[in-house]
Amino acid sequence: MKHPLLALLALGPTHGYELKQAFQERFGAAWPQINAGQIYVTLQRLEKDGLITGREVQQPDRPNKTVYSLTPRGTAELQRWFDAPAPVPRLRDDFVTRVVLAQATAMADPGALIEQQRATYLRALRQLADVPTGGNHHLLAALLVEGASLHIEADLKWLDRCEDLLGKGESP
Amino acid sequence: MTILEARNVAKSYGPRDEPVVALRGVDFAVEAGELVAVMGPSGCGKSTLLHLLGGLDRPSSGEIYLHGERVDGLSETAWAIRRRQEIGYVFQFFNLVGNLTAADNIELPGRIAGLSSKEARRRRIELMEELEIAGRAQLVPARLSGGERQRVALARALINRPAILLADEPTGSLDSVAAAEVMLLLRKFHNEGQTTVLVTHDMRVASAADRVVRMRDGAVISQTALAANRDERGRLADLATLEI
Repeated sequence: MKHPLLALLALGPTHGYELKQAFQERFGAAWPQINAGQIYVTLQRLEKDGLITGREVQQPDRPNKTVYSLTPRGTAELQRWFDAPAPVPRLRDDFVTRVVLAQATAMADPGALIEQQRATYLRALRQLADVPTGGNHHLLAALLVEGASLHIEADLKWLDRCEDLLGKGESP
Repeated sequence: MTILEARNVAKSYGPRDEPVVALRGVDFAVEAGELVAVMGPSGCGKSTLLHLLGGLDRPSSGEIYLHGERVDGLSETAWAIRRRQEIGYVFQFFNLVGNLTAADNIELPGRIAGLSSKEARRRRIELMEELEIAGRAQLVPARLSGGERQRVALARALINRPAILLADEPTGSLDSVAAAEVMLLLRKFHNEGQTTVLVTHDMRVASAADRVVRMRDGAVISQTALAANRDERGRLADLATLEI
């Protein structure tokens, strides 16, 4: 959550509650519900690291609020985040490790593991289809859903491949 | 209750001495209210299976049962009557009659099955409203978008309130937006109780099913039940455990 928060602060100084709202507006249903506490804790950490700075603002009738803004170090960190290539997909995978070792130890049926995983992926794919992604504000949600769906489709194909290589692709 | 069932069904084409085997002994049953997706690479036999279930073709061996009654041995005429009343069919390329309006395309099978013109019209209007194509009634298929054509085809398939809807790659010739819309409609009818079998190679389409049957080389290789979570509304947050 660190870098998205920095990015939202790059739009201008703001306080915690507004950041929470901005998050929801941009990420829509595709982002976990964020609780305010999470945001405040992250903001405090970012301030301690010198990436943002907070200023107390007095409010009539209400407790003071802290308005945060990006420091030059924060801007540099954000720029570094934008410029760095995203991590390459995993090579090691817990599930396939389990399947291979299930076969080696004979402690579980690899075919049953694959079948169970297939059901899990297909259910996830259906849940993704139900994530609302309409409206302009939810471009990000639509892109996240599309990305996650494509990954799951690849994982499903890969399960077929696992099945073939384990010699279970024949008729039951 | 089993609506439609194939028992040990095989199908080959071509010359007797060098047949092309499309299905090699498939058992497959559809329960009332189920949405079943049949998946597999092209040439795996999934469309052949659907054709046999729908009576569009006959098995080389094995049996087909509709409501527990054996139908693969019925005469062409008898089968045609059963098919009209009990089976709705949706094709990848719509198969609408080009010189009839959308309304006539939909009403025609109803009239052939014996509905009065008034009843056929009433059902047609209701279906077109439900499918959100009410304004397209007087257009010929060429004037409709792909998604609209498939919705007309869906209305046509449902006009006789079939016990089972068979859909062969219903989203296969649609863009992703139209495909998603057609899937929403199929899911909606399914939620209202429509028993449905759909053949697809699209995993997103298949994920809507209660059960996914995978085929390869003319045989069923796996069946995955998904029904339990059917009504879950997803947020990605709930998927965090998947680490996608």
